[in-house]
Amino acid sequence: MADFATLIDDAEVIVCCGSGGVGKTTTAAVLGLEAARTGRRVVVVTIDPARRLADALGLADGLAAEPQRIDLAGSPGVAASGELWAMMLDTEATFDGLVHRFAEDERQVERILSNPLYRNMAGAMSGTQEYMAAETLHALHGDDRFDLVVVDTPPSRNALDFLEAPGVLARFLDHRAFKLLMLPTKTGLKVLGSAAQPLLKAIGRIVGSDVLADSVAFFQAFSGMESGFHDRADEVVALIRAPETSFVVVAAPRHDAIDEAVWFAEQLVEQGVGVRAAVINRMQPAFGVGSAGDAAGETAAASDPVVAALWANVAELRTLREQEQAVISPLVDIAGADAVATLPLLDSDVHDLDGLWTIAAHLFRDADPISPSG
Amino acid sequence: MLVVELDGKPTLDQLVCGSTVDARGDTDDDAAGAGDTGIDVVHLSAADALDEYLRDHGFGRIAKRLNKTGVIDMVGTAAPGIDDVVVLGKIKQYERSGSYDLVVVDGPAAGHAITFLTSAAGLANAVRGGPVKTQSDDVLELLADEARCQVVLVTLPETTPVNEVIETAFALEEEVGVRLGPVVVNAVDVGVALPAPEAGAAAVEPLPADDADLLLAAAAFRRSRRQMEHDELARLTRELPLAQVHLGARPVAGLLAEDIEALVDDVFGAPDDPRASAGG
Repeated sequence: MADFATLIDDAEVIVCCGSGGVGKTTTAAVLGLEAARTGRRVVVVTIDPARRLADALGLADGLAAEPQRIDLAGSPGVAASGELWAMMLDTEATFDGLVHRFAEDERQVERILSNPLYRNMAGAMSGTQEYMAAETLHALHGDDRFDLVVVDTPPSRNALDFLEAPGVLARFLDHRAFKLLMLPTKTGLKVLGSAAQPLLKAIGRIVGSDVLADSVAFFQAFSGMESGFHDRADEVVALIRAPETSFVVVAAPRHDAIDEAVWFAEQLVEQGVGVRAAVINRMQPAFGVGSAGDAAGETAAASDPVVAALWANVAELRTLREQEQAVISPLVDIAGADAVATLPLLDSDVHDLDGLWTIAAHLFRDADPISPSG
Repeated sequence: MLVVELDGKPTLDQLVCGSTVDARGDTDDDAAGAGDTGIDVVHLSAADALDEYLRDHGFGRIAKRLNKTGVIDMVGTAAPGIDDVVVLGKIKQYERSGSYDLVVVDGPAAGHAITFLTSAAGLANAVRGGPVKTQSDDVLELLADEARCQVVLVTLPETTPVNEVIETAFALEEEVGVRLGPVVVNAVDVGVALPAPEAGAAAVEPLPADDADLLLAAAAFRRSRRQMEHDELARLTRELPLAQVHLGARPVAGLLAEDIEALVDDVFGAPDDPRASAGG
C-alpha cells in the first residue's frame, strides 16, 4: 500500500495510538521492522511490558530501558544500512533524568528524588506515563544513532492526553496552589498566613499533616526549575505537532473499538495534527469471492452432509467478515480509503520474527483491499 | 440492581437498556425505557468522585479558588490511590444504601485492576487518621467480606488475555485477599461442527477445484483457531484453580442488547428452557 511505504520512508517520528488491546505494540514493531528492511535506522519504543514482543524480537532477557539492537541477520532482504533497535519506556528513570538535567546542583537533585510526593508523581500521577513517552521520543529524535522513532502510546481514551501531557508538570508547578505555597520562601510567613493557611489546613485535614509537609517540601525543592521544565515541555509538544511526526491510529474491527478510533482521529484532526494512516488489526480473512448468503445457499443445497458442514463454516466466517467490513467504514471515511490497511486474523499467534515479517508482508505488499462502502 | 461503569464509555447503557442514575443517586426516570429492566446504570469517574468527596469534607470553598483539575491533581499526587478509594467508597455507599440487591461494577482493565483494588490497603497504611483513613478502612472491610463482595475475572481464549487473567488472579488473592468467583471466558467459538480433515478432503473431491480449495482453506483456518482456543482454555484450567463460565462467540462485530439477552439465556437458561448451568 503506497501510503504506508511513503510513511516509513519520510516520517521521523511515528506515534501509534488507539485503545488498549488492539495491537498497537505489534503494529509499532511491524512498522519499525519494515522501515529497517528499507534501510532506515529505527528505534521502537514500547510502553507495553509484554514478554511476547521481546520474545518475538529475539530478546532473551526482555526489553530494557536502553535501546537494544535487534539481530536481523536471519531476515533476508534487509538493506545493509537498515538497523532495528527496541526499548521499553521507563517512566521513573526518565523523570529522574529530567530532574538531573534541570536541577541547579546535586543537593537539589537529592532533595527532589528523596521526596515521597515526587516518587508518587514519577510513578503514579495521571499523565506522567504519556509525558515521559513524549519526553523519550524527543530525546531519541535528537539521537544520532536513529533516523526514525516509532512509539506506541499508553492505552488511553483520549488522544489529547498524549498531546497535552508534556505540559502537565509545567502546569502543576505553575498552579496557584503552588504559588501560594512558594510565597513563604520569598516573602516570609506572614503572606502564607493570610493566603495559603486555609488551603494548607484543608489539604492537611483530608490527607494528613505528614503528607502535607512532604507537599510543601516538594514544591520548595522544585524552586528555580520551572522555566527549564516549561521550555522543555514546549519543545516536546512542538515535535509531536511537527510535520515530521505522523500519527497512526490502530483499531480492532468491532464497533466499540472503531467508535473509539474514530473519536481519536477526530480529536487529532481538530488539534490540527491529523491522522496519517489507520491500521485495523485481526480482520476475518476472505474465503472465496461470494457472500455469506451464497455460502448459506450452498449449505442448504448440498446433499452430502460433510460438504454442507464445510459450507456452513464458510457462511459463518463470511458473516463475521461482512459485519466487520460494515463496522469499519466510519474509520475508513475519516482516514481515507488509501490510508487504511486491514490486517487479517492469522491462524496462529505472533511469537517470533517470522510472525512479525508475515504481518509486515500483509501490510506493505499484500494489503487487503478496502471497500469504502463496506 | 445497579451497574456501575468506570471508564466513561456509553456502551453499557446501550447494552442493558436500564435507566441512568447520576452520581448523586438520583434516577433519571424520564429516560426512554426506564424501569423496564429493573437495572440502573451509573457512570462514576475518579475526578467527579474526588471532587464530590472534597466538597463533602469542607474543601468546597477552597476548591472554588483553584481550578478543579488542579486541586484533584494535587490531592491525588499527595495521596496516590485516593481517587480509587473515593470511587470504591462511593460504591460501598450504593451497597449500603439498601436500594439495590446487587451492585455490579465494570472494573478497570487487568493492570489497573490490581492498583484499583489495592488502593485502600495502601492508603490505610499511609494515613493515620481522618476521613480518608475511615473511608479506606470501610473499603477494606467490604473487599474482605466474602458475603458482600466477589471479583469475577473476565478473559478471552487467547494467549495474552489468559496470561493476564492468571497474573491478575494471583495478585488479587495475595495483595487484596478478595474472594474470586468463576472466571468468565468470552467469545468461545461455538460455531458449526467441522468434519475431520480427511473426511472433508474426501467429500470435496467431486466439487469444482475453486470451491474445494476455499472450503478446505476455511476449515483449516477454523480448526487452527479452535486448536489455539482449546490449548489456551486447557492452560487456564491447569494454571488457575477457579470454575470457568464460557460465553459463546456471537456472529457479530461487537455486541448489541439482543446479543446480551442471548448470552444470558446461554448461561442461565431461557425462561421457558430451564437449562441449569453454563459450559466449562
